[in-house]
Parts: sequence; structure tokens; C-alpha cells
Amino acid sequence: MLQRIRQAKPEVTPLPEIPGFAVPAEVLPILFKENSEKLGSRVLLTASKLNLKEQVLQLFPDAKKIASPLSEVDTTVDLGDISDPHELADIDVAIIRGQIGVAENGAIWVDEQDMQHRVLPFITQHLVILLSQDKLVYNMHQAYAKTQVDQTGFGVFIAGPSKTADIEQSLVIGAQGPRSLTVILD
Amino acid sequence: MNQHAQKAAAFIRNAERTRWHDDALWMVRSKRDTATHDIPEWEQLRELGSLVKNNVLSKLDEYLDEFEANAQKNGVQVHWAADAEEHNRIVHDILAKKKIARIVKSKSMLTEECHLNEYLIEKGIEVIDTDLGERIIQLKEEAPSHIVMPAIHLKKEEIGALFHEKLHTEKGASDPQYLTESARQHLREKFLQAQAAVTGVNFGIAETGGVVVCTNEGNADMGVHLSPVQIHCMGIEKIIPKAEHLGIFTRLLGRSATGQPITIYTSHHHRPKPGGEMHIVIVDNGRTDQLGRKDFRNSLKCIRCGACMNTCPIYRRSGGHSYGYTVPGPIGSILTPGKDLKKYSDLPFASTLCGSCSDVCPVKIDIHAQLYKWRQVIAEEGHLPAGKKKSMQMTSWLFARPKLYRMAGKWGRRMLRLLPKGLIYNRFNTWGRDRDLPEAPKESFQEWYQKNRRS
Amino acid sequence: MTVGLFIPCYIDQFYPQVGIASLELLEKLGCEVVVPAGQTCCGQPMANTGCEQDARKNYTYFVEQYKDFDHIVMPSGSCTYHVRKHYDIIEQNEDVRRVRQNTYDISEFLLDVLKIKSLDSQFPHTVGLHQSCHGLRGLRLGTGTERVLPQESKLKQLLGMVKDLQLVALERADECCGFGGTFAINEPDISVRMGLDRIAEHEAQKVEVITAGDMSCLMHLEGLLKRQKKPIVVKHLVEILNHTEP
Repeated sequence: MLQRIRQAKPEVTPLPEIPGFAVPAEVLPILFKENSEKLGSRVLLTASKLNLKEQVLQLFPDAKKIASPLSEVDTTVDLGDISDPHELADIDVAIIRGQIGVAENGAIWVDEQDMQHRVLPFITQHLVILLSQDKLVYNMHQAYAKTQVDQTGFGVFIAGPSKTADIEQSLVIGAQGPRSLTVILD
Repeated sequence: MNQHAQKAAAFIRNAERTRWHDDALWMVRSKRDTATHDIPEWEQLRELGSLVKNNVLSKLDEYLDEFEANAQKNGVQVHWAADAEEHNRIVHDILAKKKIARIVKSKSMLTEECHLNEYLIEKGIEVIDTDLGERIIQLKEEAPSHIVMPAIHLKKEEIGALFHEKLHTEKGASDPQYLTESARQHLREKFLQAQAAVTGVNFGIAETGGVVVCTNEGNADMGVHLSPVQIHCMGIEKIIPKAEHLGIFTRLLGRSATGQPITIYTSHHHRPKPGGEMHIVIVDNGRTDQLGRKDFRNSLKCIRCGACMNTCPIYRRSGGHSYGYTVPGPIGSILTPGKDLKKYSDLPFASTLCGSCSDVCPVKIDIHAQLYKWRQVIAEEGHLPAGKKKSMQMTSWLFARPKLYRMAGKWGRRMLRLLPKGLIYNRFNTWGRDRDLPEAPKESFQEWYQKNRRS
Repeated sequence: MTVGLFIPCYIDQFYPQVGIASLELLEKLGCEVVVPAGQTCCGQPMANTGCEQDARKNYTYFVEQYKDFDHIVMPSGSCTYHVRKHYDIIEQNEDVRRVRQNTYDISEFLLDVLKIKSLDSQFPHTVGLHQSCHGLRGLRLGTGTERVLPQESKLKQLLGMVKDLQLVALERADECCGFGGTFAINEPDISVRMGLDRIAEHEAQKVEVITAGDMSCLMHLEGLLKRQKKPIVVKHLVEILNHTEP
């Protein structure tokens, strides 16, 4: 196959330079919140008087199974005990910390280490992502510059709760993945 | 025999439904417009995307080599498939080795193109398509009509009836929320029971050996992370040089496809999960042939966003099924003639060459120019409908003889003025079925000019 | 300035008034206009059907007819586009190159070469502009709603110079009319449907006259309007620009 390609391919054309597209830093959290909410997320900007555990309980009063690799969260499930991802099927709320937030679209980069189990942010009914405001960048070019995508075996940009519009273009939030995404900017 | 024209005529006979279909897709085009206007540098971004893809095609073998080496370093098994048959065999072998009987699959036009589902099902493997739109058409036993929104041609009542029959939802229920929830529960079972997951690939990164899969539903990830075996099927043209180029393509893809600034999930898979297997199947299936066609190789830049379909006034009024191939619409019409010139000879003519597709294409594929060029190839190879070439040759001949042309014009107009309408508007007069012919003036412009200006 | 005027075959035969209006307008604006007696067709109908090899003789014939003019002008975006873009298959000698570079659609000629800033015309009617595709996206006579660039339109600019003309805004400002040359016969059902949809939009805006830079689009729309017995009429852009008495 490579041989066929070598015969078929055209003259080499060079790669372009990618210019920097900039935006002032103060604008980022507001822009992030706006764009994140457009894709269906709930974004909590202001610092809460409650600690994280209390916040989670307030947001999800009916949650029975809460899972998180973060020590500051009171979990009902110990992720360290889990070896088979199928055991996570009944998780109600998962809480993880994100590495980078992208203001132009509300996407957050998380990798394998942030979630401990790759399926966690997808299989949970509700997802909460903590994100530090100083980890916000404007666009995807800057996001990719700040991360190494193969640092771990799996990484993902999550930009909202799972959704679909496959039935007559009607938007439905909560398709196969989480029914909601709550972003807490701390 | 113009397949597209016939199928389109059948589609359009239901005027109400055609309006609904046209409006639905125009709305997606409008959403695309809104999203792209949010980025003042949009046209610059398109140019960047185009240049990167041009570079990729010009060094495709090098990038694929680099990709394979890096993937293998990561513990990923890389396979090469020359054609659809080999692709299917490879996927099956991976599954058979582990005696796998149940798999889940996320959206992949490549696997559609190779007819993977049929192949595996025939060998006794349960294949569940997990993208909601794909699952719907799988249950309905139909082909997708759009590459991004496979069930766009179906009304919610029809889907409701389908789900009632196959998933035992309430009779008469058509609320999309309710239907989606039912599908969620049904598919969740399937994810948990699957023994392997197959996905497509949006972008393969040469620099790192990883693959990027974009979804809104999260279905690809649900499948991949729950099964011990994950298989990613990739066309050779999906390669991009470096991770930094994803900055360009992730900004282009979502906005062009559905008007979202990004897909909800942009997953980067590099290494198998602990205790798991990760496979990448790299597929040719005619792509190297297309690469060798100077006039048409740019069609390989396609990132499968579907924007060209949403904007095409013909696609919107005829539906994806009228194209007769996995990938329909404008991009389909420049990819398919390369596969079977005779069979798909009608597709480049299913267009007015309006050029809207080329202007929405995020990677600047000159679609309408390629449609024009395919027409020339089709005519040269003798695949025009009977008599067409002859009549064109005659017209060309006539136009090269001004005196004859003028006489033909004069007599033609005279006929139109004198003959009874019933004779003019006969069944051979295709134009005349729904349109009046223009008035035939006594004097042509040239006659007027010679009389009034040249003395 | 001497201008070689090219009148497309279907305008010559069916819409001579458009040719006359083009001639008169250019003369009014100070041009000496010549129409070669032997001119016939630019070759587009054949080429669009895939028979560009057969049309080569029509291309060289066109060049032969017009090679001595500094400017070649035609009231047709699609013919202009065809000469500029598709005459690349014949040998590119000096004459061919010059003809291709100096062929203009009348709208761009008026604005970019003659650089007119005003017109002595009036047309007190509600007008809908149909943005013919080859002129719009081929010649870039306008931006096109697909592109994220300042929205400009040469045709709109010219219509803006006509006194008492009311131009309406359309929701789908530049969707194709469905003519497409050979398409109108190959796929008549879609062609007709597209045309009717365009007409419906103009009707919704209470348009009296639909105008465009290409008579082929208007021929298609007019055919539908007449069959449907609708009162909307069509006029080529130059007919409006050349219109002086109310």
C-alpha cells in the first residue's frame, strides 16, 4: 500500500504556520461560562461558601453512589477498589479535576490520571468537573500547545453533557453518556 | 438511465415531506453560518486546514510510516487493509481469536463503505450500532442518508413506531426525549455486555501514533472503555502530521457539521487500557487510486463534516438515498465515480454547479470544479446517455457556423410562433412539462443589430 | 473605449431586448461598442454536459472573434466565468490569454473598469435580486452568504444607483434557482422545485420584478411564473440599469 501511495502522491506542499489568536485573560472565565452553557453545561463561577462535599450534596441530593479520584470529595465508592469498569455502571455522580479549559467552546481536557478509570466520565449519570480559573485558555490552538495528548494512554476534551439531535433535529440532553455536566470554576 | 434523477423524482413527489427535509437541513446550514461567523478568522482557518491536508496528501506514505511506528511503540497493533474484503477479514480475525460474539460499533463511514456489519453478522457476531441515528437505521434495516445525521430523513412518528416494534416503547409515542431515553437504556445494556468495540477515526496523529474520535453522544467511549478489545478503523487519508494541527481541525469540524463550536467528546486514544488490546486498521479501498488522480485527489482532504450536504439545494430536495452510495451529496459525487465510473456516471450531473458546497467546505475542496471535471471524464469514456454526445457534437458544429446558426435560430423561432401549443408541449418536451418556453421574438438580437446599427 | 460586446446565444434568440439594453447602456456611458457579426456561443452548454473537447472549436472561434478588443463585455456571469475559467484547455497563446483576462460580466465592467458612481435611471418597482451562482461564487461578483467576510455585492451596488427602486431582502439570499443548464432537463423535478421555492420567497416579499445578472436563471423562473400564471415579471439587470422613463 505504501508503495502505491509513493507512486500516486502529488508534489510536496509545505505546512503552514499557525498564527496566535489572542484574547485578554480577564475575559476568559466569562467567555468560558457563556460557551459552556450554550452546550448544556451548568457552570458555577463564584466561590461557594460550602466545601466541595457540601456543594455536591446540594447539587445532587438524591445521589447514592458518588465516585471521585479526588481526596477532597466524600465518596461512597472507592475507585481504588474497582478493577472491572463494569462495576461503575451504577455511579450517580463522578467528580474529577480538569487540566485545561477552553473559553471559545467550553471544552475541558482531562486524561487517564484525572479519571482513574477511563469509562468513569462517560458511564456516570452526572459529571462534575473542577477547574481552576488560571487553567483557562482562549482557543484550541492554545489548549493543544499546553498539553501533551499522549502523556497518558487516553485523554479527552469534554465540552458538555452528552447529547443528540438524531431524532428530527430535536436536541436531547443525556444521550449515552452523562445526563449533565457541572463545571465548578475555583 | 439516470438513477439519481429517478430516485429524486420519487422523493419529490411527496412535496410536503420534501419541504420538511429541505427545511431541516437548511436549518443545520444556518446553524453552521451562525457558528462560523463567531470566528472572525474563519476563512483563515479554512485555508490552514486546506494547506495542512495538502501537505498530508503530498507526504502520505511518510506520515503513515511515522504513525505506525509510534502506535506500535505504544503497544498498539497496527493492521493494513488494501480493500474492503481485507478490512472485514482483519476485523473478524481479531474478534475470532478471542471468540468474541458481541460487539458495539460507533459511527464510521468507512465500516459502512466496507459493509462490515453484514460481514460480521453473517459470521454469527452480534453487531450493535450505538450512535442513535445509526441504531435507528440499523433497526429499520436501511442505509444512512447523511454521514453525520444518518436518520435525518425519518420523522419522529416513524421512529416511534420503529421503537415500539423493536424496543417495546409505548405505542404512538414520538417525543424525542422519551425515545432517546428508551434507546439509552437499551444501548446501555449492550455496552455492558459487549466484548469488543469498533470505532471509526476522525484524525490519526502521525507524531504520536494516536487516534482521535469525536462524538456528541459519548457512545464511542462507552463502547471502547468497557470492552477489553478496541478496534479503530481508519482510512489512509485521515492522517494529520502533529497534535497541534488538531487545534485547526477541532475548530473546523463541529462548526461545519452541526454548528457547535466543538463536539461534546474529542477522545484521544493512544495506548490500550491495562489488560486490554488496542488495534488500528488502516484502509485503502480505492483511496490510493484517487490519490493518483491529479484532478480529483483533493477529495481526499475531506473530514466528513457533511456541510456540503446541508448546503446543497439538490441534496436537500432529494435525500441521501437518491445517491446510491455510503457517502452521498456533493462529496459523494466526486468520490464515487472513481470507484465505478459507469455506475455512478449520473452523480456529477446531479448538480447545478452552484458552488455553495466548495464555499462551505472547511478544507476548501474544490467540489464543484471536480464535478465539472468528472463530467468531462464521463463524456470521454462514453458514459453519457444515448444521443447526448451526438447532440452536443451537433450543437458545437452548428455554433461554429454563424450563418447556419442564425438560420437555424430564425426558423426555430418561426416554428415556435406558428406551431400549435399542443404540438410544442409534447411529451418529449421535458422543459415544457412544468415551464413555459420563452416567447420567440420575430427578430434576434443580431438581426436587430445588423438592421439598426450596421449599415 | 472600444468594447467588444458578446451576446450569449439564448439572449440573441429569445431575449434580444437584453442585448439591446446592454448596447445602449454601454454607449450611454461613453463606450464605442462593436458586436462582431459572426459571434455565436461561448461553448458552455457543451462543456457543462461533459463535451468540452467538442467545444474547443467554439472556444478558438470565440477568441478569433474577440481578439482585437481591449475589453470584452457580456451580460452574463456564467459565460464570463466559462471564458475566464474553462478556456484553459485550448493552447494558451497571447490572443487566448488576453481575451481571457479581459472578458468581463457587464456588472463588474461598469464598476471596476468604467468605475461608474451613478446612473441616470429609474425603476419605481419592488425588486427581488436573484444572485446567479456562476457570477456570485464563480466571478465573486458578491461575497456569498457561506463565507465569513464582509457581505458585498456588485449587483446590489448597481441597483442602488437606480432611482425609486425598492430592493427586498430574502431569507435564502443566494440559493440556486435550479436551472443549471443541462440539469434543467436531466433532473426536471428538482429543477422545477428549486425554481418554485425561489419564486415563493420573492412572492412572500411582494416582489414585482425578479432580476439577475444571468438571463438563463430568469428564463427558468419566467417559465415557471408564466405556467403558474403569476404576475411577477423578470428583467435582466441591464434592462433595469438602462431604464430611464418611469
